[in-house]
Amino acid sequence: MTEPVVDMRGISVEFPGVKALQEVDFRLFPGEVHALMGENGAGKSTLIKALTGVHPLAAGEVRYAGGSVSFGGPAEAQAAGISTVYQEVNLCSNLTVAENILLGREPRKFGRIDGKTMRARAAEMLARIGLHIDPGSVLESHPIAVQQLVAIARAVAVDARVLVLDEPTSSLDVDEVAELFRIIRVLRDEGVAVLFVTHFLEQVYEISDRITVLRNGRLVGEHATATFSRIDLVSAMLGREMGVLEEIERRTGTPGDPLLVAEGLGRKGSVAPFDLEIRSGEVVGLAGLLGSGRTEVARLLFGADKADSGRVLVDGKPVHLRGPRSAIEVGIAFSSEDRKAEGVVADLSVRDNLILAMQAARGWLRPVPRKLADELVAKYMEMLDIRPANPDAVVGTLSGGNQQKVLLARWLVTEPRLLILDEPTRGIDVGAKAQIQKLVADLAAEGMAVVFISAELEEVVRIADRVVVMRDRQKVAELDGGAVGVDDVMALIAGGGGVEKAVAS
Amino acid sequence: MKNRLLWPVLALVALLVLNVVVTPSFFSLRLQDGHLYGSLIDILRNGAPTLLIALGMTLVIATRGIDLSVGAVAAIAGAVTCTYIASGGDPWIGMGLALLLCAALGLWNGFLVSVLGIQPIIATLVLMTAGRGIAMLITEGQIVTVDSPTYREVGAGFLVLPIAILISLAVLGLVALVTRKTALGLLIESVGVNPAASRLAGVKARTIIWTVYVFAALCAAVAGLMISSNVSAADANNAGLWIEMDAILAVVIGGTSLAGGKYSLTGTLLGALIIQTLTTTVYTIGIAPEITLVFKAVVVIAVCLMQAPIRIRVRQGVPA
Repeated sequence: MTEPVVDMRGISVEFPGVKALQEVDFRLFPGEVHALMGENGAGKSTLIKALTGVHPLAAGEVRYAGGSVSFGGPAEAQAAGISTVYQEVNLCSNLTVAENILLGREPRKFGRIDGKTMRARAAEMLARIGLHIDPGSVLESHPIAVQQLVAIARAVAVDARVLVLDEPTSSLDVDEVAELFRIIRVLRDEGVAVLFVTHFLEQVYEISDRITVLRNGRLVGEHATATFSRIDLVSAMLGREMGVLEEIERRTGTPGDPLLVAEGLGRKGSVAPFDLEIRSGEVVGLAGLLGSGRTEVARLLFGADKADSGRVLVDGKPVHLRGPRSAIEVGIAFSSEDRKAEGVVADLSVRDNLILAMQAARGWLRPVPRKLADELVAKYMEMLDIRPANPDAVVGTLSGGNQQKVLLARWLVTEPRLLILDEPTRGIDVGAKAQIQKLVADLAAEGMAVVFISAELEEVVRIADRVVVMRDRQKVAELDGGAVGVDDVMALIAGGGGVEKAVAS
Repeated sequence: MKNRLLWPVLALVALLVLNVVVTPSFFSLRLQDGHLYGSLIDILRNGAPTLLIALGMTLVIATRGIDLSVGAVAAIAGAVTCTYIASGGDPWIGMGLALLLCAALGLWNGFLVSVLGIQPIIATLVLMTAGRGIAMLITEGQIVTVDSPTYREVGAGFLVLPIAILISLAVLGLVALVTRKTALGLLIESVGVNPAASRLAGVKARTIIWTVYVFAALCAAVAGLMISSNVSAADANNAGLWIEMDAILAVVIGGTSLAGGKYSLTGTLLGALIIQTLTTTVYTIGIAPEITLVFKAVVVIAVCLMQAPIRIRVRQGVPA
């Protein structure tokens, strides 16, 4: 094999209190497409930013084109030939295609920008990646996908030797992805090294030559795509070996009547239409990789996003979910995976956060009496073991686990019939995690329906009476009863060839 | 909270001390015909409209908004009342009409911000510009003077203390009571701190936002009545001119962040007093008229800077 164009050795990156990357090695060869895989927080973006000089290294060395380098930032990295294209199009939508491609390096004539030469040069670059659009047209007149391709044209315009694509396909449809891949192959054949980050397994196997997997800031392994099965990839990402199963303590309960039924519920570009039935006293687990549509399902059920197809029935009657309030009125509660942005109101006290949903339901004219608020706070602080046990503590100062408990309590005081928990145990310590799992089991035993979403399969399998598996924004399976094992779910998540392999093994 | 108000208090004390040094009789009060007179009373009376508007502004800013139209709304309130009185109407009905119209203008601002989702600074800029025009239309471009003893009481009357400041303090007390005794304060702060989380918790952000803009417009209306009543005339062009700037400054000096969220009514009271004392100081220490605005600006910057390190320190104590 030839020399790697990028060779990162023993890379460690630290943020205050967090080791984002620990001794990660990463190689990128000319003329290959290399997929960087890992769940959220695995360190993919951090690694890219360590390469382009956004984050300083705590340890390790970046070698580029044979020499040791230390870029001061993306601009320096780009000047040296490492271009990055991000998920969102970072271009000026009001300028022309040509202006965008050559922004900052416009050809000049007598000190003025030479429009004619600029359009000609831009046309050359567009032709190189086989994109046939008018360089003089305004960027925003093109669909997002084409804008994304223009961003790539801009990235390779500076004789890029390395092209980093950070989730470029998340907003594209199938045809657009095909066009993008065609262009990636053109560049690969020219000898450009392409680093590709995506959450879509299908795409990884379609385009990549090699795969590097990160988990929790550490390197799990580097593999040739051809010899690395989907099931191995998924277990590497999730950190579980096939066949390793923990003892499952399953709660035996008899689910009651159907509480919520979703019929063909879906939203374009978010999740394909799905059917789902949730009974009271039942815990329904939603499993799938990040971006598989598990959060999108939860948001549709709560009305946080509006569905554009299908309908929802509660107690057999159709309900029009216009927004969170209409869902709350029929007894649905939803705790978002994004605790900071969509959960806690950081500057307010634990007490205020805890009664917020109840207060919102009562309206501002009927305040929750202070006595009732104090009783509720005292009750849930004890029940959920919220620390510090100070109702006046500012919620932003609590640890993640305790913030999560406050959010749980916020919904529990409203006595919902269906509680949707999106990643309630992410990023919290083991003790708090166990407490939350036990609470969910107890709530279901008392007759509450719970939808439980988690990236950790063991957790989903252990808690749920039924597991719904999502892949690539589609509901792919529903596994009933106690027979579900982590392996089954993992095989379904991997999909494609993974199923057969799982059966074979 | 104590820390946050420390610097505004010190700034106010410093300004007052400066005044006493320059004018030893600055603190002297005298009772005459049952009215209190003195420089301090003047500050209170002249600061009443600013305080009132700043109170409305505080709640608007707490929801991450801003209301630039309050000066124009104040001018409209004066114009409506004076025109009505001048045409032979009852002053009380005139003031009632003004309040009604201004409440409608507040609804308009709230509609633009909460329903159409226009950025508050732009949404209220519409009325800031158009409002002066509306006031001009009402007064037909004239300065309408009235001779109504009843109306004159609002801005120039006394019940030992000037009636204007009594009204403003009453509104301050009312707002404090309402926001504390109902859940309005909690919901306003919640929407201001984290709109997304509030929405998911079922908070009717739209209603809250609408409420604060209507309240701000009503405050502006009463302030407009004070201004116009004080001179017994409605000047569509100059009544309440730039008062939105003073009000916003008062809120900011009082420690309420323009980023929304936690607000302090006491802080706003202090802020309004600082602004008015500053205006008075400019006259008492004899600063040349051509540089008064610059002097004001320097003091405001100084107060804001003095607050900043403390707030940054507070923030750093809170892990994100």
